[in-house]
Amino acid sequence: MIVENFQHRHAGHCETGVTSSLLRHYGLDISEPMALGLSAALTFFHFPFVKVGGFPITAYRMPPGSVYGGLRKALRLAMKKRRFGDPDAAMAALDAELAAGRPVGLQTSVYWLPYFPPEMRFHFNAHNLIVYGKDGDDYLISDPVFDAPQRCPSADLRKARFARGTFAPRGLLYQPQDFARDFDLRAALKAAIGKTWKMMLHTPVPYVGVRAIERLARELETLDRRKPDVRWQRLYVGNIIRMQEEIGTGGGGFRFMYAAFLQEAGEKLRDATLPEVSRQMTACGDAWRQFALQGALFARKKPDVTPALLGARLRECAAQERAVYEALKRWTKAAA
Amino acid sequence: MREDEVPQDEVAYYGGARKALYAVDRQGHYETVASSGWAVEATVTGDAIAEFERRAAAARVRVARGESSPLEFHMYARRMDLPTLAQSTGFWRCSVRRDLRPDAFARLRPARLRRYADALGIGVEVLQTPPPEAPPGSP
Repeated sequence: MIVENFQHRHAGHCETGVTSSLLRHYGLDISEPMALGLSAALTFFHFPFVKVGGFPITAYRMPPGSVYGGLRKALRLAMKKRRFGDPDAAMAALDAELAAGRPVGLQTSVYWLPYFPPEMRFHFNAHNLIVYGKDGDDYLISDPVFDAPQRCPSADLRKARFARGTFAPRGLLYQPQDFARDFDLRAALKAAIGKTWKMMLHTPVPYVGVRAIERLARELETLDRRKPDVRWQRLYVGNIIRMQEEIGTGGGGFRFMYAAFLQEAGEKLRDATLPEVSRQMTACGDAWRQFALQGALFARKKPDVTPALLGARLRECAAQERAVYEALKRWTKAAA
Repeated sequence: MREDEVPQDEVAYYGGARKALYAVDRQGHYETVASSGWAVEATVTGDAIAEFERRAAAARVRVARGESSPLEFHMYARRMDLPTLAQSTGFWRCSVRRDLRPDAFARLRPARLRRYADALGIGVEVLQTPPPEAPPGSP
């Protein structure tokens, strides 16, 4: 069985891509950048005391589920979410949805999906994909971070849906149930952009927002003193860059995708300010790419690249981002 | 990032797949551009994998010397560490650490061995046999 009219789309990131594709299938044309922006899923956080794979967690986006969760208010989106205790029931529910001709989103682990290149398979449980059909024992999968549809044997998909650990998916299966087809775009944009700058500028703890970037910069600057083990330093820096680039972000840790969102929002509202802020955000993304480039040189043991220099790069990212959110703050205040 | 700045470094492990990046065209308009990979990303990913392989190789030596159980080797070969394995099995971290010792591992009950084998996605027999001499391949 196969959902005939489902269209696979290549996207920068799994959850925004899945959300955008599913909503399009169910009748709401919303681009991937819009899904990111309207859900206010852009962020930066670095928790030194929460470790994943032995390294502090660094993220450029809100935790899993916040993209479609964040659209609940903006689009009055009701996502029907089901988790399962029993893998058999979870696979049966998936088959039932497909038999009814409804593609569904799934949360899975990356490690157990055989269509991923071996080099990209790590134990990360918050991957999202769409299943739109079944052919024999293979599920037909629209994985937004791949340019073409993929296939996955049912035993592997089952294992990927029930991987345990941080963000354990517990078979999570979701599909849009109801949403507003005509919503007030201006109000939704204002609320979402407002949420983003508030989080980035005014979070009271220094682990989230622009202050978290500055804090990470300071951590890098003092790395030599705190952790003299160079091998550990390289892995630590590499880990930050992997979160920024490797784990499908559309480049520059979602900054380019957010710039695309600001551009689209500006066009839709016929607003003169937002495209200008979009250009500033593009410059932020470029600054993050420069940081990644220098970080890779550090990992390749280039002697003239030190953690302190990486810290200085990050401070530039922080300063540029602060200017962007200040501009967005002025925009929402003026639009009031 | 301009569309002509989108890296096309033909990263080997992409195997013909492409990643979508957001970049601006000549008119400054955003669009997605398919990228064949960035050397920066390949470097840091390679380092992360090499670290697991290094740990697996060190574990293999310890297993051969009788200082550690095969579980430690298989854990790293499957790109896990102690916290990940503990979470994947649902066992306490300290009890997993104990099972990395050869004497504790030899006394494990079949049900517990099964849980480890399932979490690692290998057979119980594979879990119990010492790792082969050759370096571990893909997961």
